[in-house]
Amino acid sequence: MPQVTLTVNGKSHTVEVEGRTLLVELLREKLRLTGTHVGCDTSQCGACVVHVNGDSVKSCTMLAVQADGAEVTTIEGLAAPDGTLHPMQEAFREYHALQCGFCTPGMVMSAIDLVKKNPQGLSEKEIREGLEGNLCRCTGYHNIVKAIAAAQEVMHGRRSELASAAE
Amino acid sequence: MNVVTPFEGIGASVKRKEDLRFLSGRGQYTDDIARPGQAYAYILRSPHAHARIRGIDAAAAKAMPGVVAIFTGADMTGVGSLPCGWQIHNKDGSPMAEPPHPVIAVDKVRHVGDPVAVVVAESKAQAKDAAEAINVDYEVLPAVATMEAALAPGAPQIHEGAPGNLCYDWHIGDKAVNDAAFANAYKVVKFETTNNRLVPNAMEPRAAIGDFDPATGEYTLYTTSQNPHVIRLLMGAFVLQIPEAKLRVVAPDVGGGFGSKIFHYAEEAIVTWAAGKLHRPVKWTAERTESFMSDAHGRDHVTTAELALDKDGKFLGLRVHTLANMGAYLSTFAPSVPTYLYATLLAGVYTTPTIYAEVKAVFTNTVPVDAYRGAGRPEATYLLERLVDVAAAEMGMDRVEIRRRNFIPADAFPYQTPVALQYDSGNYHATLDQALEVADWKGFEARRAEARARGKLRGIGISTYLEACGIAPSAVVGSLGARAGLYEVGTIRVHPTGSVTVLTGAHSHGQGHETTFAQLVADRLGVPVAQVDVVHGDTAKVPFGMGTYGSRSLAVGGSAMFKAMDKIIAKGKKIAAHLMEASVEDIEFDRGNFRVAGTDRSKSLAEIALAAYVPHNYPIEELEPGLEETAFYDPKNFTYPGGCHIAEVEIDPETGKVEMVNFTAVDDVGRVINPMIVEGQVHGGIAQGIGQALLEQAVYDENGQLLSASMMDYTMPRADDLPSVGVATHATLCTHNPLGVKGCGEVGAIGSPPAVINAVVDALRDYGVRHIEMPATPAKIWSIINAGRPKMAAE
Ligand code: FES
Ligand code: FES
Repeated sequence: MPQVTLTVNGKSHTVEVEGRTLLVELLREKLRLTGTHVGCDTSQCGACVVHVNGDSVKSCTMLAVQADGAEVTTIEGLAAPDGTLHPMQEAFREYHALQCGFCTPGMVMSAIDLVKKNPQGLSEKEIREGLEGNLCRCTGYHNIVKAIAAAQEVMHGRRSELASAAE
Repeated sequence: MNVVTPFEGIGASVKRKEDLRFLSGRGQYTDDIARPGQAYAYILRSPHAHARIRGIDAAAAKAMPGVVAIFTGADMTGVGSLPCGWQIHNKDGSPMAEPPHPVIAVDKVRHVGDPVAVVVAESKAQAKDAAEAINVDYEVLPAVATMEAALAPGAPQIHEGAPGNLCYDWHIGDKAVNDAAFANAYKVVKFETTNNRLVPNAMEPRAAIGDFDPATGEYTLYTTSQNPHVIRLLMGAFVLQIPEAKLRVVAPDVGGGFGSKIFHYAEEAIVTWAAGKLHRPVKWTAERTESFMSDAHGRDHVTTAELALDKDGKFLGLRVHTLANMGAYLSTFAPSVPTYLYATLLAGVYTTPTIYAEVKAVFTNTVPVDAYRGAGRPEATYLLERLVDVAAAEMGMDRVEIRRRNFIPADAFPYQTPVALQYDSGNYHATLDQALEVADWKGFEARRAEARARGKLRGIGISTYLEACGIAPSAVVGSLGARAGLYEVGTIRVHPTGSVTVLTGAHSHGQGHETTFAQLVADRLGVPVAQVDVVHGDTAKVPFGMGTYGSRSLAVGGSAMFKAMDKIIAKGKKIAAHLMEASVEDIEFDRGNFRVAGTDRSKSLAEIALAAYVPHNYPIEELEPGLEETAFYDPKNFTYPGGCHIAEVEIDPETGKVEMVNFTAVDDVGRVINPMIVEGQVHGGIAQGIGQALLEQAVYDENGQLLSASMMDYTMPRADDLPSVGVATHATLCTHNPLGVKGCGEVGAIGSPPAVINAVVDALRDYGVRHIEMPATPAKIWSIINAGRPKMAAE
């Protein structure tokens, strides 16, 4: 069986996998990082999004062997070691951008990548378009869009603190 | 002890307690659980809609690597049929046809996706590989994919016990009175419509793990359920004959339900039974394609309705004929959806004096259909609110005015409808006025003209709706055919130092109970939200419960907690009276403090709790130690949320694509505990309503093949399909539950579809469009636009 060596949330792992093992299976089943979810079998839902070498990737659509040598960040690795949440996580909580929480890890990982790649700032419409790879059945996206709009201000240093939802 | 700040009590948008674990990847959904030594189940499903099983050859598959066992329907001797929880009676009083629903098909398969065999193996991939090597000898039979085909003379018969593929032929209302109203009408408006079949698609696919402990004979089922106690009862008593005491059902974090996770599904019984046979845990997780072909679908009605009006536009009578698709088998609550959750709602917010409805439930070779967010009420609301718009057009009346003219006035409550329900409260003029204001209804024609100048067709649509939820009084639903009570259970456990654990039979799968229920305790007992822990979803922890559906968690579950808190306060008063040497009648309680009336002597809840658990100075002769109370609350009536939704759309005539430019919802959901959560529930409901109106449709071909069996083929609403939503509430309080709450989980999905279609029809009014069926896809609209020159262009 092929061996894969990769760094996940700053920790190095060497794991034996089958050739057909998907990255998401490696994360969930071998490393027991179950925060990354599987919501579909056709690469439509984005519940499985993680960062591979800094880019958002649908981990259900990547073979584990393709991640050999990669740096992977999952939802479990986002918060600071002291537990301080990433501004995007904080914004999701502040704006009630999650209900059942199932889409949330993928949504947060996608949103971070989207914001990072658009330092000029995104309009509501651009955020909605930028989320085309992620499905949420609970929230109607209304509060997700608001959370991302607020988080980008903090991520790009335009505000030092998240705008409160009551503002 | 801390006195709770008012910001945590009723009416505060407290941030959710559950969010931290979900945001950091520490939620625990069923598929996240790994039991030691677990094996994996893969279910081989029928590729045919209707076929006889002549034989199953699993010999080669059994020899494949990693295979632990393969079971077919024939192996499951002694296993009962999946039960139906609601019995409807026909017009003639005879019971509905209730054919058996085997856990695994035995001699016949009846829909694509019907389980045929289960493979248990050391890994998921091995189980799936082996399933492919099973050879099933099918004799393919002609299938009926639509209700029309199923009811046609000489149609293939799906079940022996259901002649003509008819499940029931039911009615409600006085036909003679109704006929008389039509005979005297100034005008009769006729309307036909299909309520499109939907796939619930909670983002978490269903999953189940069966576990068996040979040392104790105890079974545990971990499952993606909205109601673990109901599953324990149905599976334990009817399917596997395991006594409740030996069966624990855990529904941990559940990733959305929307009704689809109410029902007792075959896979739950399969993994539990297999775990008992194999003495090791067995885990099954649906692939999304399996969800499409095995989760109960929603809606799927074909209806003809007639509305009788007088010359002023007053409704004189309503007559409705509906065909409701049950799919191939009766799912747990399927028979109740098109009857008592649909026809009883046909009065809506109007004073229509007579209503007669006939409903035929039909078996077809399709996935079973059951409750999906709103269940019956969206179908009723859609029918009514479209019909009212059509009637307004045919009477030459204003759409708002015809509604106002027929509203049940605010001073008419309690209001008895002609279809069984008695509404307790509401103010439909108020929600309408507020919505018209917020949506700037008056300014619409200017926006339409502006859009026209840009080459866009703009339309506005309204829906004034009502629903019945907070289900339900046990005796009432029992008399209507429910085989269960619909009370709820709450336990309040005050710990020795004053923190509180709440045990509730309601189940949160996104609704935020851990926060809202903690707020109820904070508000009443003065315990900070952070010190209130809400436990749900485990039959080993929670005494009993009926679960979460029909927007019942707060109205019924919250009321049970309220009653349990009554008992805590009553007992606390006795303890306080003893400690402060006062009489019980003189003890007042307010947010965490027991005070001797008219004095400054008081004891905190924490002091009382400590005395109850360390009863040194305690009225031990009259009172048991401890401070924990349980209440069962059976509601006195349904609750009746209502309100007004206004949709504004723009259509691009080049493509036929509808853009939702504005959506306004003003809902009366009764008292609001956490406005942030209520708004979130309404947003989600509206998204599903807009999805139904514009995007979603489960499609079968004439052979019963499910063409929309993946998220590539079934259009799920995405962020850029949906608008920002303006949500407001306008409360009239429920008069019969102690919290005054009504329910907010379903209003969005109930009120919104007709508002959207009314807007689309309005946008297309110059094309002579009377109606457009859901989903109003670009293709449908484009062909309407291109079928002829618009009247406006011809002018
Ligand atoms: S699991 Fe749905 S896109 Fe990866
Ligand atoms: S929060 Fe449930 S799917 Fe997004």
